Amino acid sequence: MPSTSARPPDQPCLADLVGARGSLALVAPQETLTADELLATTILGPRRAELSGKSVLVRVAAQALCARAMIELDGCVARLVVVPPDFTSERLRSAAAQAEVDAVVTDDPGLEPGVPLHFCAAPQPAQPLGARRLATQWTLPTSGTTGAPKLVAHGLASLLGAFASSQEPVPVWATFYDIRRYGGLQIFLRACAAGAPLVLSDAQEPLGDFLSRCRAAGVTHISGTPSHWRRLLMSPDARLIDPAYVRLSGEIADRAILETLRAAFPKAKIAHAYASTEAGVGFEVTDGREGFPASLLDDAGPVELRLRGETLHVRSSRTATHYVGRPDLALRDAEGFVDTDDVVERIGDRCFFRGRRAGVINVGGLKAHPEEIEEVINAHREVRMSRVSARRSPLMGDLVVAEIVLDDAGARREPAALQAEILELCRARLARHKVPATIRFVPQLEMLASGKLARRHA
Amino acid sequence: MSRRLTIVSQIESIATEQRKQLAPLRDDLALADCGLDSLCFAILVARLEDELGVDPFAASEEPYFPKTLGEFVAFYERQAA
Repeated sequence: MPSTSARPPDQPCLADLVGARGSLALVAPQETLTADELLATTILGPRRAELSGKSVLVRVAAQALCARAMIELDGCVARLVVVPPDFTSERLRSAAAQAEVDAVVTDDPGLEPGVPLHFCAAPQPAQPLGARRLATQWTLPTSGTTGAPKLVAHGLASLLGAFASSQEPVPVWATFYDIRRYGGLQIFLRACAAGAPLVLSDAQEPLGDFLSRCRAAGVTHISGTPSHWRRLLMSPDARLIDPAYVRLSGEIADRAILETLRAAFPKAKIAHAYASTEAGVGFEVTDGREGFPASLLDDAGPVELRLRGETLHVRSSRTATHYVGRPDLALRDAEGFVDTDDVVERIGDRCFFRGRRAGVINVGGLKAHPEEIEEVINAHREVRMSRVSARRSPLMGDLVVAEIVLDDAGARREPAALQAEILELCRARLARHKVPATIRFVPQLEMLASGKLARRHA
Repeated sequence: MSRRLTIVSQIESIATEQRKQLAPLRDDLALADCGLDSLCFAILVARLEDELGVDPFAASEEPYFPKTLGEFVAFYERQAA
């Protein structure tokens, strides 16, 4: 269990933030929840007092229900573990053991997490639970999808630290992310702190329905991964929205997606942010170009960035503090830096993301990052998106291969000619071993529930 | 298309793509002298697997690498798709 530490009086809990500005509204498919309703009702049933001071995991289906639980429990429980709805029973058991969970708040009677279940009830009028005096430890799984989940510890302050709370006029937010993932949680907390309406999606909801609700709510700010945005741009329903602010995070924003978004939403400010569950929000780039200014590396501001070896290291009050239940793993080094595992190359006054260190492809001893190759392929005007992966080769160890989704014009062309054109583009811009050995045109590429392109190593 | 023709046409297209000068493709041509390097051969084997459905290099128990073009073609012809 985390030591139950008292919350400093100057640090608000989540319910305080929601109450400070009464204008928060969560717009879900079936209902809209106002700040007043969120603060005056409980979904935790008559035995909710039993959760006080405990380690509590929330695993519910709908985002709005999870939002209610987070607002109710922050400040009351010692540890709040928030997991996405697709978390399997096996991962749930592992997370419950690592985080020494006392109870799982859920709406799913079929769960077998190995600890008592605390079922959600229909919302009932209720006073807030206790005095909310605790500094709740927020515990989130990292985005890795293989092996046992790794959990990291944050405080509400480190999760909120990324942004100022006053924004005029108050934006209307929507996010393609689920609010139980770091990228979505950022937007949810941002909306809570700013008293901003937030349109929540539902996993089963068709994209067009979600966008229609965004339009009806007058959404001005939208956030998602580059994969989310590519999927949006492939849909005729993209016309339904006209955002003033488009935010990308969670994957590398390459030049092709930035330029396509600029063409699709000419009035919008387009920003890509660097953030991860472990390293927190690092920075936001708003100059419309891929990568980030190298001047950030020497910055002595609240977020310190360093290139060590080939990867980006981050030190700030926004990083997670440690892995929960894994004393054998160090999240921060002796100086407090988190190694992000993201490979960055500095060229002159600009730094470029090349990909994940773990995803590197080894072609006869030479390294290739899938992301840097995809970036070149995506620059072809008839390419929507691509996925580069390793293919075992008895002669070279690995070869680079590419799967490509074409746009409508590309799909009408002769495949062999288009293939040759894309290979030529790669040869002009990439080292020989990075040029795909084979190219396959596919109708679509799988996107994970996290909004990221499905990769084998992820 | 016969396996031989498939192999020869893939060798020619890879050589063009990779800007390699090919020696005349006769059966007794030593692969080491044909003009393709090891990366080209790896690409060739991958593309032939896509086209023919077989990778005799991955399938064979004993490590074997044909020395001439004729042996290379025969290696593929021995593998049933």
